[in-house]
Amino acid sequence: MTRYVLRRVLQMIPVFLGATLLVYFLVFSLPGDPIAALFGDRPVNEVVAAQLREQYNLDQPFMVQYLEYLKNLLTFNLGNDFSGRPVAEVLAQIFPVTMRLAVLALCFEAVFGIVFGLIAGLKKGRIFDATVLFVSLVVIAIPVFVLGFLLQFIIGVKLGWTAPTVGASAGWRDLILPAVVLGLASFAYVLRLTRTSVIENMNADYVRTATAKGLSRPRVVTVHILRNSLIPVITFLGADLGALMGGAIVTEGIFNVPGVGQKLYQAVIRGEGPTIVSIVSVLVLVYVVANLLVDLLYAWLDPRIRYE
Amino acid sequence: MSKSYRTREHFVAPADSDVLPETDALQDGRAPLSMWGEAWRNLRRRPLFIISALLILLIIAVAAFPQLFTQNPPDGACYLADSNAGPRPGHPLGFTLQGCDVYARLIYGTRASLLVGIITTACVVLLGGTLGALAGYYGGWLDAVIARLGDIFFALPLILGAIIVMQLPMFRENRNIWTVVLTLVVFGWPQIARITRGAVISVRNADFVVASRALGVSRFQALVKHVLPNALAPVIVTATISLGTFIVAEATLSFLGIGLPPDIMSWGNDISSAQTSLRANPAALLWPAGALSVTVLSFIMLGDAVRDALDPKARKL
Repeated sequence: MTRYVLRRVLQMIPVFLGATLLVYFLVFSLPGDPIAALFGDRPVNEVVAAQLREQYNLDQPFMVQYLEYLKNLLTFNLGNDFSGRPVAEVLAQIFPVTMRLAVLALCFEAVFGIVFGLIAGLKKGRIFDATVLFVSLVVIAIPVFVLGFLLQFIIGVKLGWTAPTVGASAGWRDLILPAVVLGLASFAYVLRLTRTSVIENMNADYVRTATAKGLSRPRVVTVHILRNSLIPVITFLGADLGALMGGAIVTEGIFNVPGVGQKLYQAVIRGEGPTIVSIVSVLVLVYVVANLLVDLLYAWLDPRIRYE
Repeated sequence: MSKSYRTREHFVAPADSDVLPETDALQDGRAPLSMWGEAWRNLRRRPLFIISALLILLIIAVAAFPQLFTQNPPDGACYLADSNAGPRPGHPLGFTLQGCDVYARLIYGTRASLLVGIITTACVVLLGGTLGALAGYYGGWLDAVIARLGDIFFALPLILGAIIVMQLPMFRENRNIWTVVLTLVVFGWPQIARITRGAVISVRNADFVVASRALGVSRFQALVKHVLPNALAPVIVTATISLGTFIVAEATLSFLGIGLPPDIMSWGNDISSAQTSLRANPAALLWPAGALSVTVLSFIMLGDAVRDALDPKARKL
């Protein structure tokens, strides 16, 4: 077990290095001169510009810049963004917001997806099953920005149940509607995955044994069928956490959520290297750690799985 | 038989038993259907498949011959007097903010969306399929390298890549659909690679592969001739479904302003330009959004039906 975790953590290192190197390279090749852009309409003051370039290592060749960045990262020094604010401070402000959003979305898709998928699987072929399956396909087919505008328009504007946009505070309650929009597509995947998995396990020998030895139906369903059906679902949810955090650009834009997606979009548009690289590094970290946790959860769900 | 063989009485079924005609009717001369033949027979009976196939044919027809479906020019003849106007005879869906005919733009926008989807899927299957097959078949360090590469691309934000691709020297002057295709291919291949890898691993040690190797077929030939054809089914299903998601991705990028340039008519661009007047004229946003969703739904339903037809285990359940 310890050896397995150690090996997995070691495997994370090349992925992390590769991803940051690639991002750094992409940012390096971003067009335009961000320092010149800082001056706006005024003529560029060459002395100040040169000083700024030196401060942000922009006058160095690519590899030197990257190694400098890695060195700073190991000492937890993320540097400043181009308006002089420490990047760490920016991250501390935006990550909790997106974390709340992603956790809400994950809860939504997990709870509703598993419940509906379980019922549909148990009642395979009935009208409920067919309806749920079709609705899930429709949900997958509608792009997130269309869903976002629709729900914002219907619930936020017409019905007035929630505020149409979120704004700076971004508390849990404000984030419910954006979280539903963000999680809807994954909800459909979770539902379909749970359903298939439940149908597969329903005919397993251990389920027949459990029923034959007189266990009540609820116990057979929850402990024997559901628990064994959750393995592929958990895999999906783990991978989805990373996707939800990085993929919230559109949702955060529609609902004006001051989170990672919005910041990343602005930073990319402005060519703010330090901010982009730091955000992406944290996202990569979330992605790899979530995948590792998922693999460790397997053993708890299915004791037959062992790590050598 | 020698003559000394002792005959003995045994039971003979009565000749008028009704089993015989049925047995005679069996045609054992006919070759059994292949996996795809079986699937096709199963598919023809599925309403979901028929509906989605007809829809896709219709969409392809619209994309190929848009002038057959509308008399109105999609751009050029736009009058600001018609800005956000409602439907009237000859213009069933009303007008956009710029006073263009929504229906005509819907019809003419089909081509760009569909082309991006089809070209991207073809390229992704070629690239991801090749890498995935090599990784699954040869294993070892090649597998490890390709898997880690896939992880890296999974973790990168698509939007950053899209902006970089957009600024490549060959696209800086004129962005076109290839800009979007290249972005989506670079970020889309790991998924198909994973699926192909899994499928190849599940058949690479099958008896018929081992047999062909024993007969002297080279390792690479065994991969091309025996492993790949039998690993194709899940790849085709995933590709059909991804075709839909690539169309959505194009629309999303165009919506963010980093996809197709505004002079190419596409549903994504129309949705993007309609969002500013969403409250005054929701129809201009809802129609292209609806067309987009129906197209994607058709491809997803098709992939779903094909998967069910190809998987006998799931059919029996």
